[in-house]
Amino acid sequence: MKKITVITGHYGCGKTNFAVNQSLALAKNGEKVTIVDFDIVNPYFRTADFGELFRKNGVNLAASIYANTSLDIPAISFDIERMAYESGYLIIDVGGDDAGAIGLGRYSDALMQYKDNIDMLYVVNSYRYLTKDYSETLELMYEIEEASKMKHTGIINNSNLGKETTAQTVLRSIPYAEKIAQEAGLPLVGTAYREDLDISLQGGIPVKIYVKPVWED
Amino acid sequence: MERSLMKGNEALAEAAIRCGCKCFFGYPITPQTELSAYMAKRMEKSGGVFLQAESEIAAINMVLGAASTGVRAMTSSSSPGVSLKAEGISYMAGSDLPAVIINVQRGGPGLGSIQPAQSDYFQATKAMGHGDFHIIVYAPCSVQEMVDTVTLAFDKADEYRTPVMILADGLLGQMMEPVTFPEPKTELPDKSDWAACGHKNKREHHIINSLFLDAPLLEAKVLERFERYKAIEENETDAELYMCEGAELVITAYGASARVAKSAVTKARSEGIKAGLFRPKTLWPFPVKELAEATKDAKHILDVEMSMGQMIYDVKLATECRIPTTFFGRTGGVIPTPAEVYDEIKKLTGGAQ
Repeated sequence: MKKITVITGHYGCGKTNFAVNQSLALAKNGEKVTIVDFDIVNPYFRTADFGELFRKNGVNLAASIYANTSLDIPAISFDIERMAYESGYLIIDVGGDDAGAIGLGRYSDALMQYKDNIDMLYVVNSYRYLTKDYSETLELMYEIEEASKMKHTGIINNSNLGKETTAQTVLRSIPYAEKIAQEAGLPLVGTAYREDLDISLQGGIPVKIYVKPVWED
Repeated sequence: MERSLMKGNEALAEAAIRCGCKCFFGYPITPQTELSAYMAKRMEKSGGVFLQAESEIAAINMVLGAASTGVRAMTSSSSPGVSLKAEGISYMAGSDLPAVIINVQRGGPGLGSIQPAQSDYFQATKAMGHGDFHIIVYAPCSVQEMVDTVTLAFDKADEYRTPVMILADGLLGQMMEPVTFPEPKTELPDKSDWAACGHKNKREHHIINSLFLDAPLLEAKVLERFERYKAIEENETDAELYMCEGAELVITAYGASARVAKSAVTKARSEGIKAGLFRPKTLWPFPVKELAEATKDAKHILDVEMSMGQMIYDVKLATECRIPTTFFGRTGGVIPTPAEVYDEIKKLTGGAQ
């Protein structure tokens, strides 16, 4: 895994859950890891919700001091340049579609200094209403690239139907993800699926579900 | 059936487009913004009008204008924005205009917070503006139910010629769940007998108006409207009864807090506590007879809301205070947890018998 991973995608594709899993896996292996809640759009239900989980597992969280408050402004109150320079892994979870990626554009020059050490992964979900069609999904990917002034290096298939996800749900989405990867000329880095599903898949990434509604324990 | 994963706010918007809503006027406010943003993206593509108004007051009056011509029109906002729309809603009620208003509630009063709340129940059900009137108020509790409720809301608005509100909250608006959409509606009700849709010099012009120069005339108009309200109260109440059979403790809760309460009730039942959940799907009219059915074995009612207790008055009225009723709630944008509700259940029942 490269030092810096930027994670983007249409909201609701499951970026945050994927980013949380990646950061916890690194921490478990004793790596120093920082996860950045780079969301300047969504008011709540975001990476910063998992502060307690990160603390317990030794993951550093960088989030706007206004995250989850009523100050609904697109603020960045952390130092990306410093975090990129320092040792340890950096996972940047970029929320809010292309509008959210504008903020990342501010740091593209700084981040691109490490371009051999950076991955930018586009997370896709074939069951999200406005990205069901691969061409719409690609269109959004290019909009995010334009806004962030950065280029993706791979695709993560995170297709799911929330609680209704079955092995079949995941397997059915693979041609869609392959098509996107092919059209974009990027590798399909892997397919993420809920760890309890009975799936054996090359490039399969079993994940735990952390992003849940409040009424589920 | 094709399933998609949707955010509550997006689902409300897509459902409206599918049931023939042709005009959306709004003004951004958290936590309903995705609804407007979705409309901005999709409404024009589906042959309708999206317009970001200069204010909430402008938006609701645009809805009034569009509804007057007989097209399906909608606006959405969150609590402080809905307060601004109150005048327009009263004018629409006074002009017998069908329209759908969505309130994705947040904490109040004032600017309050942007987190989910249910503290606009009084406003929605008792006084959504000045004057003698009611509006139908629906309270869905899942993304799928929000989709279904939008269709119902437009149909009932047209049927009874009244504004209809969907009272959601930030939690329902922001959360993601799988949904199935109905096929787009192609046939809509004919409103040419009253709408200001062009008389082409072939008939008397229709007047859409809420001003009456003669008091007895206004009284007659209001009385006629209340006849319609009576029909709504008789025919349109709806509620979900969950594990109410033999329930000695019945929780009353709507919307997101009903989802929380349901988890607590399920846990309580699994431990032998006779608990049930009564979830009104219509807040006005309040499902009085459904509540009587739900509480026929109840020794106690626990009302759970994300407010300081507003629906509890309707619960007490409906049961004529015959059943002791306790309140539990969080407010200001704080969401109660299933564990907190479960603790309240245990306190009131003394645990499993």
